[in-house]
Amino acid sequence: MQQKILAPLAGRILKVHITPGARVEEDDEVLVVEALKMETPIFAPCTGAVKEVCVSEGDSVEEDDVLAVIEE
Amino acid sequence: MSETLTALFETTGFYHLAPGPILMWAIAFTLIYLAIRKQYEPLLLLPIGFGILLANLPLAGLMAPGEGLLWRFHHYGIQWEIIPPLIFLGLGALTDFRPLLANPRLIFLGAGAQGGVYVTFFAAVASGKFTLQQAATAGIIGGADGPTTIFLANKLAPEMLGWCAVAAYSYMAMVPIIQPPIMRLLTTVKERTIRMKKGRKVSDREALLFPLVATPAIILLVPASAPLIAMFMLGNLFRESRVVERLTHAAQNELLNIVTIFLGLSVGATMNAEAFLKPMAIFIFFLGLFAFMISTATGILLAKFLNLFTRDKLNPLLGAAGVSAVPMAARVVHKVGAEADKKNYLLMYAMGPNVAGVIGTVIAAGIFLTLLGLAR
Repeated sequence: MQQKILAPLAGRILKVHITPGARVEEDDEVLVVEALKMETPIFAPCTGAVKEVCVSEGDSVEEDDVLAVIEE
Repeated sequence: MSETLTALFETTGFYHLAPGPILMWAIAFTLIYLAIRKQYEPLLLLPIGFGILLANLPLAGLMAPGEGLLWRFHHYGIQWEIIPPLIFLGLGALTDFRPLLANPRLIFLGAGAQGGVYVTFFAAVASGKFTLQQAATAGIIGGADGPTTIFLANKLAPEMLGWCAVAAYSYMAMVPIIQPPIMRLLTTVKERTIRMKKGRKVSDREALLFPLVATPAIILLVPASAPLIAMFMLGNLFRESRVVERLTHAAQNELLNIVTIFLGLSVGATMNAEAFLKPMAIFIFFLGLFAFMISTATGILLAKFLNLFTRDKLNPLLGAAGVSAVPMAARVVHKVGAEADKKNYLLMYAMGPNVAGVIGTVIAAGIFLTLLGLAR
């Protein structure tokens, strides 16, 4: 099953810790979004393999944009 | 010969040094230290600190009525009520009302967190040490809004302006220290982990209409709030219209930065030793802190109260964002929420009560002005 990681808030992608194919554990920090000059880490919703990373560092994202897809 | 030397010495400031001004230098250097070393609101505390130093240099005459340089900045900038509204123009251009419009009930939390303003007002009156006007000015510190505090102090109690501004900006810098213990005390871990229901999407048209509708509504309701609300909403209209990028940018950056210089310097310059080394200063600091803490608490308690009646529970931490220290209070809410549940992203929800709090504080100031301004 696939799970999408959605942007919980609008902001700028500061860091991307994952690459396609990598394995992640639930609650791993996968990305960091900067909003209102604060770094907000985004955590993996489930354990699985990264299927797709849809953003790169420096991108602006809106709330609910798909950031990455995890294959459970 | 020695007489000439003595006469020459007497023309220097050194001859006129007194303990009072030197104590004020110590305060000035403390603020400058906090601004540089600890980065406590450096944009304001640095010029304020330097202004205090300048105002306490004997014979310099920088605050001499009618001629001193800093006196002119203060007179035309603050006494003429020009600078605080211009700051509000910039803040309006920086403010995004979408988080509020997406969850309109959050506006109650912005109002709830003004509780400290009123509680402190009554406490100050009860203490018997303050006039009604002074009590209102001390209370407004609880709104955690610098320009509004200065605006109200100038109108109601100019003698308190300097200390109130320093207290307001200092506590704003200390939001991350003052608020979290109160937030943890008044909420359970379970409440802190409440995840907010997603707000609806706010269209660009709604965001554009907001300043156009809110301006007449608020000003008709509380006419005394007009100077601040008018400029705030104009800035917001610039932003949301998306056709005057240049004006939006100028209001957010160049203009805001320029008036910040004059605001800080002028506020600092009002603090000369004779006028400000009084026991009242300590009271103001104490009352300001009290106001701040009560506002945090009333915001949270109101959120818990609202939860008794609604199915979609509010995370009560959001109430603490009702104090209008934007965006520090919202960040604190986010962080305290994330301690309990790291996947709970409260930041954008917290911006709702946060911007509502700005409006709430201006309205509170307007009400004080209406009720107490005439009596003075």
